Amino acid sequence: MQSFSMALKSIAGNRMRSFLTMLGIIIGVLAIVVLVAIAQGSSDYVTGSIESLGTNMFSVMVRPRRENPLTLSKLDDLAAEPSIARVAPTLSSSGTLKAGLTQYEDGSLLATTPAYPEIRGWTLRSGRFLTQPDIDNRSFVAVLGQEAATELFGTLNAIGQSFSYQGYSFTVVGVLDEIGTSLLGSGDNVVVIPFTLGERILKSPGISNFYVSAQDPDHVTEAEQSIKDFLDRQFSGGAAGDSSAYNVYNQASVLDTLQQATGTLTMMLAGIAAIALLVGGIGIMNIMLVSVSERTREIGIRKAIGATRGRILSQFLIEALVLSVIGGLIGLLLSAVILYVLEPLLSISLSVSPQVALIAVGFSVFIGVVFGLYPASKASKLRPIEALRHE
Amino acid sequence: MIELRDIVKKYSLGGEEIRALDRVSLSIEEGEYLSIIGPSGSGKSTLMNIIGLLDLPDSGSYLLDGREVTHYSQRQLARLRSEHIGFIFQGFNLLSRLSALENVELPLIYQKVGPAERRRRAEAALEQVGLGGRLRHKPSELSGGQQQRVAIARALAARPQLILADEPTGNLDSHTGQDLMALFRQLNDSGKTILIITHDAGVAAQARRSLRIVDGRISSEGGAV
Repeated sequence: MQSFSMALKSIAGNRMRSFLTMLGIIIGVLAIVVLVAIAQGSSDYVTGSIESLGTNMFSVMVRPRRENPLTLSKLDDLAAEPSIARVAPTLSSSGTLKAGLTQYEDGSLLATTPAYPEIRGWTLRSGRFLTQPDIDNRSFVAVLGQEAATELFGTLNAIGQSFSYQGYSFTVVGVLDEIGTSLLGSGDNVVVIPFTLGERILKSPGISNFYVSAQDPDHVTEAEQSIKDFLDRQFSGGAAGDSSAYNVYNQASVLDTLQQATGTLTMMLAGIAAIALLVGGIGIMNIMLVSVSERTREIGIRKAIGATRGRILSQFLIEALVLSVIGGLIGLLLSAVILYVLEPLLSISLSVSPQVALIAVGFSVFIGVVFGLYPASKASKLRPIEALRHE
Repeated sequence: MIELRDIVKKYSLGGEEIRALDRVSLSIEEGEYLSIIGPSGSGKSTLMNIIGLLDLPDSGSYLLDGREVTHYSQRQLARLRSEHIGFIFQGFNLLSRLSALENVELPLIYQKVGPAERRRRAEAALEQVGLGGRLRHKPSELSGGQQQRVAIARALAARPQLILADEPTGNLDSHTGQDLMALFRQLNDSGKTILIITHDAGVAAQARRSLRIVDGRISSEGGAV
């Protein structure tokens, strides 16, 4: 206790030295907490944006070797499975769209069925989406993404307007709400037309791609099994086998991969930050060593008036400990401030995780003690007369 | 109280061995006021370090209250210093960052005296040396004479058996030095055992007994003044 108040007095008595000592630890803790928070924040952002695509969504790619057995009515059979909510085939292409004199070259043509917006969670801004009669009649109707609508018709209400694609004329029946750019890329440049019409125009009959949504995220595994069973039945007449004919992608597996990648990033940043903290620790040792030689005379006086080795040792140790704890806490406080300022700039959510804070401060204290120990033990071994002779 | 017999302390200087103390014997009784005078290089500082338990002799015997201390460990010596010896140095050796009161409390901290008692004793000691009104001052805010008084108070507060002063007036003007010597005399009158080591004959003469050290040997013994 006495050593403690003595250490405090000594720290307060030499503010510049104390500040420099703490600076290393402050920077180290700052580096760890801020870098990990940024890594964590961007990882959460990636995870969040994938989850917003729906983790209960599958995309299936089919590569039939002979005749493609899939038809729309067979997909309806799949949709009837209890674990599955919706099934929608897709067919995509690109090309130039024309409305009067306006040309739109970045459009992404997507032929599908009415179930598709539900699977992707799309909503309409105005008009209607495709309907079953559109599919049955191969109607020349289209639903536009935000960007496509604006590019083609400007501020005009797009509903009821028409545009042409490869010489075919389409009537706009709906405009989608803004989708934003997601990791799958499909954004607001989409032009949705009936699937059956797409097959004909794009001269690509048959279903080679379709999307499936599970009833809810808890039934993803069952849904995946249902899809595989269904495809196995289609491709090998009932016997399980030709799984090379199709691929089933789940968002959850994409998520796993990405989380591994961001996890590695987090570890790397934490490593860099740990090095920063280590350098801070060496800074502490340096300052403590300097302070030992600077304070040799003081040590001599203390020893002459009765301080034992243990007393000197504990005084220096406590000094190092107090400095590193205070430095750690200041570093934590500063990190919180920096993260608060950075958050709107990076537009990802940043927060100090309690675990990281604990580890960073714990580590800084550990380093303070380890690096404080050597100079402290050196100081405590000084012989009083030698220390006193020191000017 | 203190009994030194045939104390030898050697230093090697550039390969040459120098006997800083050559078979020194002396004794100090309780309540004595003794001075040791010698020119620089005479070994008087070495003698002080040994009497003050800051250093151990190469050979010879040192009895403190009948205990042979020459084989004590550093830790035991630290305890003995803390309990038996109060140091007063030429350069005052106060801790510049601490106030007068805190400086005086320091040896009591090492003696593990409780805070209230410590404060009481430190204040009393500062009162005794005439600095009752300067408790909160830092050494840099005090004159040389006052600083040396703080150092004396620090030595007194620990209630040592022996006050060991090394050139206590060396850094002071003669007037302040005289005041200080009067304080030593006063302390001795109240029963303190005092040993002053100096090269100044005027200072040495104020002690009740005076020894002369030359070339590491006690050469003559003066009588009471």
